[in-house]
Amino acid sequence: MTTLTAHTESSPRTGKIRLANVIRSEWIKFWSVRSTSITLVAAGLATIALGMIFSAVAESDDVEGPAALLSDPVDIALGSIGLTEMIIGVLGVIFVAGEYSTGLIRTTFASVGRRSRVIAAKAVVIATGVFAVGLVAVTGAVAAGQALYAGSQATVAVTEVWEVVLGTTLYLTGIALIGVALGFMLRSTAGGIGTLFGTVFIGPGLLTLLPESVTDAFMKYLPSEAGSAMMSRVSDPELLSRSAGYAVFAAWVIGLLIVAGVLVNRRDA
Amino acid sequence: MIEVANLTKRYGSFTAVDDLTFAVQPGIVTGFLGPNGSGKSTTMRMILGLDAPTAGTATVGGRALSRHDRPLTSLGFLLDAGAVHPTRSAFDHLRALAVTNGIPTSRVDEVLEIVGLGEVGRRRSGGFSLGMGQRLGIAAALLGDPEVVMLDEPVNGLDPEGILWIRHLLQDLARDGRTVFVSSHLMSEMELMAEHFVIIGQGRLIEDISVDELRVMAAGEKTHVRADRLDDLVGLLRADGVDIVSDDRETVSVSGLDPGDIGAVARDNGIALTALVPEQRSLEDVFMSLTADAVQYHGAPNKVAAG
Repeated sequence: MTTLTAHTESSPRTGKIRLANVIRSEWIKFWSVRSTSITLVAAGLATIALGMIFSAVAESDDVEGPAALLSDPVDIALGSIGLTEMIIGVLGVIFVAGEYSTGLIRTTFASVGRRSRVIAAKAVVIATGVFAVGLVAVTGAVAAGQALYAGSQATVAVTEVWEVVLGTTLYLTGIALIGVALGFMLRSTAGGIGTLFGTVFIGPGLLTLLPESVTDAFMKYLPSEAGSAMMSRVSDPELLSRSAGYAVFAAWVIGLLIVAGVLVNRRDA
Repeated sequence: MIEVANLTKRYGSFTAVDDLTFAVQPGIVTGFLGPNGSGKSTTMRMILGLDAPTAGTATVGGRALSRHDRPLTSLGFLLDAGAVHPTRSAFDHLRALAVTNGIPTSRVDEVLEIVGLGEVGRRRSGGFSLGMGQRLGIAAALLGDPEVVMLDEPVNGLDPEGILWIRHLLQDLARDGRTVFVSSHLMSEMELMAEHFVIIGQGRLIEDISVDELRVMAAGEKTHVRADRLDDLVGLLRADGVDIVSDDRETVSVSGLDPGDIGAVARDNGIALTALVPEQRSLEDVFMSLTADAVQYHGAPNKVAAG
């Protein structure tokens, strides 16, 4: 039964596994499953489409309601970004927790040996995908918005727009990484998504119910509020400065990934 | 070669694996047998480095699997055939695994052919039958052309043709000089496949035994006898330490005497035997009785020497 044996020239037995091997593997995994790849692309397209709709609606004079309160054309064009964030965050959770639910994670860990490499590779893959798609989507939404919403305040300096586009894209990327970290920590899709929504998307809203002195002190350090500082064009006294926003948000992302790494290495898989 | 030494795994007050010591030798198929919940999968997870032992060690070729440069080229494994994303194709599943260990994509097509999934490799694996899923799991185990192959319940869900196929596959792998370690909770599945057995119950080693030794254990004490003058023969056989019970009108079972001795008595007295059948227990019976009272047995490793 010679077929059992691999051709020796095609099966290198020397050399260690490099992170690049694991990244390639995770890249194949990400793009070979519909639920992950389609979600990412759909989120990008939805961001552009909704941005165009919001901008077109805002352009018509007889608008009343929330959209009328927004006068910044960039804000209008990115009006659906909250939805995009949620989808991207869920995507990050599913990319990891889905592998726990099938049990594939055991195969992955045993095949790779060092588990932190798996976390790193998944983080690199989803960050790359979300950054690329996010950059296109956010740029597309803003550009379409600029074209469609020719309101009086429509002229916005290009450098300012790019700061918003970059901040928004990086925020989306970070949210995906928080999803990845939560997926590794909680090992369950439901638990990961629940925690993500509770802490990142809904939690801050609940905090506003606390006394103002408390919320003023803590609120701006939450990932979502640090993210708002990254994404806003005009500085807001209730938020951190843009650079402080980047630093705080990065600390959240890196911190959560490190906690995930510690837990994953300590626990049985 | 897989070596397990004093391996123990406790979950709180529950001991899943209890001071297990055995070695799995290359060149033969070794069956890892025990009732459900006896600790087989936990042991395999520790061999794979997935679960940390509470005490003891599990090594592959002298080192923990995670210390191997490319684990899949040292040990190929099947833990759970369902551990595949249902919308990913068999090909992509194997390709993602292969690249982690620097195994070329050409090998993916090779193993798909070996397990008979060449035709359906590009289809989503969610549509696979249980048996096809097992074949995919076995393909993954063969990816790295490993020296050691470890399969957890690979026969589950396979039809008789599939069982025959896997038996030949594993025996061929062993003949190549590889170490083949296969778990099952059914002796009937394993007795035609394996030459050696590691039998555990409640996490403890019950027997580390060759199939020949096991067959000796299976030899029964009773002999079923039929004869033309059965009553006369029974009278002649009666002696101290001989127990004769009638099975039915024409048959008795005799214990305490060798079949040869019974035949000699019949011959010497001109009695024609019409049946002389030594009772042979099935290996399944032996396995059942060995594991029925697992608690009373203590691990007695007799094959721990390196080989």
